[in-house]
Amino acid sequence: MRNSKVVSLEEAIKRSGLQDGMTISFHHHFRGGDKVVNMVVDKLAQMGFKDLKLAASSLSDVHAPLVEHIKNGVITGISTSGLRGALADAISHGLMKEPVVFRSHGGRGSAIANGELKIDVAFLGACSADELGNATGYGSKSICGSLGYALPDARYAKHVVVLTDDLVAYPNMPQSISAADVESVVVVESVGDSSKIAAGAIRDSKNPRDILLAKQAAKVIINSGYFQDGFSIQTGTGGASLAAVKYIREEMINRGIKASFALGGITAHMVKLHEEGLIGKLIDVQSFDKVAAESISHDPAHREVSAVEYASGQHLGSATHALDIVILSALEVDTQFNVNVLVGSDGIIRGAIGGHQDTAADSALSIIVCPLLRGRIPCVVPKVTTLITPGKSVDVVVTEYGIAVNPGRPEIAEKLKAAGLKIVDIRDLAAKASSIIGTPDPLPFGDQVVGVVMNRDGSVLDKIYNIQ
Amino acid sequence: MMFVPGNNPGMMADAHIYGPDSIMLDLEDSVTMAEKDAARLLVHNALKSIDFGNTEMVVRINPLNTPYGKKDVEAVVKAGVQVIRMPKTETAEEVRELEAEILKVEEEIGVVGRTRIMAAIESALGIVNAYAIATASPRMMGIALGAEDYSANLKTNRTPGGAELLLAREQIVVAARAAGICCFDTVYSNLDDMETFRKEVELIKTLGFDGKSIINPRQIEVVNSVFTPTEKEITKARAVVAAIKEAQAKGSGVIAVNGKMVDRPVVLRAERTIALAVAAGVISEEEAL
Repeated sequence: MRNSKVVSLEEAIKRSGLQDGMTISFHHHFRGGDKVVNMVVDKLAQMGFKDLKLAASSLSDVHAPLVEHIKNGVITGISTSGLRGALADAISHGLMKEPVVFRSHGGRGSAIANGELKIDVAFLGACSADELGNATGYGSKSICGSLGYALPDARYAKHVVVLTDDLVAYPNMPQSISAADVESVVVVESVGDSSKIAAGAIRDSKNPRDILLAKQAAKVIINSGYFQDGFSIQTGTGGASLAAVKYIREEMINRGIKASFALGGITAHMVKLHEEGLIGKLIDVQSFDKVAAESISHDPAHREVSAVEYASGQHLGSATHALDIVILSALEVDTQFNVNVLVGSDGIIRGAIGGHQDTAADSALSIIVCPLLRGRIPCVVPKVTTLITPGKSVDVVVTEYGIAVNPGRPEIAEKLKAAGLKIVDIRDLAAKASSIIGTPDPLPFGDQVVGVVMNRDGSVLDKIYNIQ
Repeated sequence: MMFVPGNNPGMMADAHIYGPDSIMLDLEDSVTMAEKDAARLLVHNALKSIDFGNTEMVVRINPLNTPYGKKDVEAVVKAGVQVIRMPKTETAEEVRELEAEILKVEEEIGVVGRTRIMAAIESALGIVNAYAIATASPRMMGIALGAEDYSANLKTNRTPGGAELLLAREQIVVAARAAGICCFDTVYSNLDDMETFRKEVELIKTLGFDGKSIINPRQIEVVNSVFTPTEKEITKARAVVAAIKEAQAKGSGVIAVNGKMVDRPVVLRAERTIALAVAAGVISEEEAL
């Protein structure tokens, strides 16, 4: 067609004006199936680029090849929500001179919008695109649903390259990324492994501990005072979170209560409640499974939002500000209710901030569901290894040994006690964990800063040191 | 009573958080020959070091005629177990033999009389001798049915309806009641069929059992919901108990509730209903008075 933006990847890079030292960006909607990051960085290395800063919405196991590019000086800086696998392991051991900057999803959206995180060239994978760059999360080869984390990049990056393996006829509508924001379109063999981009719905957990935690979390919600007609909710994808949705659903039906919206990563479980008429709207920054990805493509009450609209702390219109209840997980919670979701008890980075900070801070009721013990690892501890979500935004911690309520929320504790729930002091939980497992030896951290944890307002919350 | 393999420390440490009335740590069928020693040591240490709260702790030992049985008794009695479950019990003599073993260890550490005995009956001979077994020792706190071995011994198979177990179940309840001890039904092992499980629990409750053996925390809710008296049952039971107290105060022998004469069995049933409601946590002990 006239004015087609379709070019080869190399040509798109040349056109972008990318130079050594600049910042490139990626999204993580293709999850463990992503091929875009590795493909683009391989090409950049081949073309001789050095000293690039990589700003991804998140990185995972599949991005292990970046280790070589870091060693060769192609990538010298990373900002992301999370790190996992071999890349995380290498960085935790001091692979990079420049610390990785960790931001929440809302924090990244804000940083891009306010110019703190400047993106020179965004390389955005899409499941389909037309020749002018209208791009979506649905295509004939794969679907990922919402492209919410890519939208700030598309809007604010100086130069945007869309990569797709499904070039469709113009106009590709309704589009997630608008052609108005796109400079080049690159057609590739495959943007990712479709089976890993959107897996089937996660099956209900049969793990008795998950079920116990889920029931307790559901009881907390039901008796919190926030479980009223028109409430709103966000849950994660962990076994306990999903199981909690099941019990909340039963109680919604029993009491004739409906939710106004569900937010966040949307799962098949939430889609089911929505289709049953129990949840009015679905606000979707990331579709977690195939059911959710398909739903957003045809249901007008299931809408995509950008990371800024989802969870920015600096944009009062963001959805988290309207959120009543959130269920979150944790690697560790401490006696000040601080939460760590990023660094394992072995000192190695193995997680992602995600929307943890954002939803905990903005919601009316934040519930952390976390076993007291994971095998020999205590999860309620005197002090978290790394501070990700400050305790002042955490209201309730649910463990299999009892429920702890933040002393800053006495009214919630009263309501839960009145409902017959076992409320315990979080210091007693930490003592219980320690009485069963003992006190672990301190981690052998070095003095090299390998990661900086940002708060969603742009301030520094904590530093991660190299593990020896 | 929840069965927990004695060779799985993770499961042992966690078991009480699901709220079973009792936990049976198993040294017998769930532990292979090669792991008997290790499991015995683990169970000993679990009993000594894990805070199981108010949960009653039971250990199923290996039969005394195996190389493991006596060592099991020594290890668990020294660790302070409340109840020893003897598997495959067929005669009163076997109970007395276990009693002697327990006493020997208790005397050694100065805690004579601490350990009670539950006998699992798992054969036709055991069922025939049920009353003799139930009354074989003052330490006897209960008898239980082990249905897998029993139905194999009968040369039949287990069925969802449990027709093959009917006589054994009734015999065990009758023997336990005659002896004044508790009785527990066998396990149900298909975790994916909660409906049949519920029916089985309803059946054994009707037959008169005090409880059900379970193999997974997911089964606890079903057992509790079947055994927990309903609000209506509790209200009725309270009316009966209140009426009998009033009648006693007046010195009257015969009482009526809602126009119906209440005799002794009705009172006993009402008292049991209230005791169950307290045990299930539906009403508090003060409310029961």
